[in-house]
Amino acid sequence: MRHTLSVTVENEPGVLSRVVGLFSGRGFNIESLNVAPTLEEGVSQMTITTLGDEHIMEQIVKQLRKLVTVIKVVDMAEHKAVEREMVILKVNAEDTKRAEILRIVDIFRCKVVDVSPDELSIEVTGDHGKIEALINMLTRFGIKEVARTGTVAMKRALQA
Amino acid sequence: MELTGAQIFLECLKKEGVDVVFGFPGGAVIDIYDELPNYPFKHILVRHEQGAIHAADGYARATGDVGVCLVTSGPGATNTVTGIATAYMDSIPVVIFTGQVPTPLIGNDAFQEVDIVGITRPCTKHNYLVKDIKDLAYTVRQAFYLARTGRPGPVLVDLPKDIMQQKFEFKWPEDVSLRSYNPNLKPHARQIKKVAKLIEGAERPLIYAGGGVISSGAEDELTWLAKSLDIPVTATLMGLGAFPGDDPLWLGMLGMHGTYAANMAINNADLVLAIGARFDDRVTGKVSTFAPKATLVHIDIDPTSIQKNVAVHVPLVSDCKSALSALKSEMEPRLETVDWEVAHAVWVRQVQEWAETHPLRYKKSETEYIKPQRVVEKVYEISKGEAIVATEVGQNQMWAAQFYKFKRSKSFLSSGGLGTMGFGLPAALGAQMAFPDKLVVNIAGDGSIQMNIQEMMTAVCNNLPVKIVILNNGYLGMVRQWQELFYNRNYCETCMDAQPDFVKLAEAYGAAGYRVTEEKDLEPMLKEAFSNGKPTIIDVRVDPEENVYPMVPAGASLTDMLLV
Ligand SMILES: Cc1ncc(C[n+]2csc(CCOP(=O)(O)OP(=O)(O)O)c2C)c(N)n1
Repeated sequence: MRHTLSVTVENEPGVLSRVVGLFSGRGFNIESLNVAPTLEEGVSQMTITTLGDEHIMEQIVKQLRKLVTVIKVVDMAEHKAVEREMVILKVNAEDTKRAEILRIVDIFRCKVVDVSPDELSIEVTGDHGKIEALINMLTRFGIKEVARTGTVAMKRALQA
Repeated sequence: MELTGAQIFLECLKKEGVDVVFGFPGGAVIDIYDELPNYPFKHILVRHEQGAIHAADGYARATGDVGVCLVTSGPGATNTVTGIATAYMDSIPVVIFTGQVPTPLIGNDAFQEVDIVGITRPCTKHNYLVKDIKDLAYTVRQAFYLARTGRPGPVLVDLPKDIMQQKFEFKWPEDVSLRSYNPNLKPHARQIKKVAKLIEGAERPLIYAGGGVISSGAEDELTWLAKSLDIPVTATLMGLGAFPGDDPLWLGMLGMHGTYAANMAINNADLVLAIGARFDDRVTGKVSTFAPKATLVHIDIDPTSIQKNVAVHVPLVSDCKSALSALKSEMEPRLETVDWEVAHAVWVRQVQEWAETHPLRYKKSETEYIKPQRVVEKVYEISKGEAIVATEVGQNQMWAAQFYKFKRSKSFLSSGGLGTMGFGLPAALGAQMAFPDKLVVNIAGDGSIQMNIQEMMTAVCNNLPVKIVILNNGYLGMVRQWQELFYNRNYCETCMDAQPDFVKLAEAYGAAGYRVTEEKDLEPMLKEAFSNGKPTIIDVRVDPEENVYPMVPAGASLTDMLLV
């Protein structure tokens, strides 16, 4: 199963390679990884999406917690969470296809961020499902390039 | 007053109470060596950096204190990697200080530069590169703190040369705190009650002790528990000595080369208390058939150890000592209400019967060859079980583990997790440094001893009278045993009959050397060697094709033992 981990770390040199090295050294899988500073100075937030059964997830979480530079690990699967990813897609868009693509862009509430005579670049933000759905819809036009940020996530305020 | 980085570094070691540093100099650490004579601790100059780290490790294993190792950058640093991984796998507290090129040159492929922090990331508990002299004292403080607390382990600190030369005010940081590092020391009260209930309900309980018992100093609590409640005890290689090896409840080591009694006991127990052990594959054999009838309780300070290899029923994250003392308080009132001897009588009888019908044994020699097991037994007899025994890796290690009855913890020094040939001699030196008056014996193979034989010189220079008993079978014996049993006797590259004259080699180093080829000479020569006051090699020619039994083939169930 796919899990999104929110990992709070000390913002020290090497902290990223400690985390990544842990995954590669122990044969865990990283699907996407995203790091940026938080509001607190010296502290960064990593969002890691990974695949694994319950046993593997338990090991991943415990091993991460064991790293001296890791402050906190939260598995979003155990909480209600908002998860978002931003993706930019460059799609083939000859004149005959353009209207249809723009309709899809509209339905998915995406934005066109760049245009050329035969291409459109589309920015989309959403959860995993929405992005997969959009990619499915656009594949038949020919997706030429994709740039993805990887997931970011946050616990919802109200946890039932 | 301002001090140089080198002085600050050495002041920190003084504050940490370091009394011996094992090291080897070089350009990147020359400033530290320049100051060294002004400080009170001893420096042991090894002959290879791998020797330095293993010696620091041996010192730590024998004393329970942190071992310290100091080497230069580049090749000096990389030479320690095997030793760091060795300490990491066995959770031994050592702090390794490596020199580094000056900070402006870092990343430029400078002379003798290597990214040792990167290289050792997966085999240290934590590591640091000191980039600012302001951080120096605090980093050293943290390194010692991390090495010795929680699950102990090696911590490396990389010291750039320019930082050692800069000046700064020395201030010793009294407190260390890392918000992200909070080892869980105290057991959960409810879990303890649960374990007590399980013990009460069990008919066939068994204690399976590991190195965590020793590193947390829980030997007395463990012994109390076993003896008061009449619970038989087995241990891992790392746990040897945690429970007296001459006690009737002691079953010997379990696992691949464990005793029949221990492996049968774990197979039939209805309750297994795993204490500071990590269910290594050399212990469990085939995981799916490990302890099939038992409720498993696992006490360990490291949450990652729990549920890693084996699903346990009652996890208990705690320092072993505090968990066992809590359990002791819980069980004490039950000493009056339950007659434990009666409660476990059938089980203890059964276990002892296994031990009697299938003791550790070996066939008496039909040839002129000396049996290696006999040599270990003799070392035990002559030392009265009071020696500190280091081993190399291979058959020698297993025979030492099987036939020397360890009475005390910290008296068996062996590379368990990594299985590092070349560990024994330098580790023995480290232990002898800590205990100059004790008999320290390295039980070695003729292959392994050649991996760090150069440390003979260190022994001689520093009057460290370690005794190296080579079980010389002319083979890389353990590998040959696998070839014999599982690879059609294809003895490819395991014959080591071309070897130095170990007696002359010892003499060349200025040590003493003896050769034993006949059993009648074994005892007198060992006695002489053990009392000559000098570093000594005793080259014992043993049966070349003797095997270690029992043996559970890799991946088989523990009950599938090949017996003698
Ligand atoms: C550094 C290292 N290289 C290789 C091995 C693999 N290995 C394990 S046991 C062994 C044989 C050891 O031979 P020897 O030291 O003569 O001891 P014996 O088994 O004969 O007692 C070898 C090669 C190892 N454990 N460590």
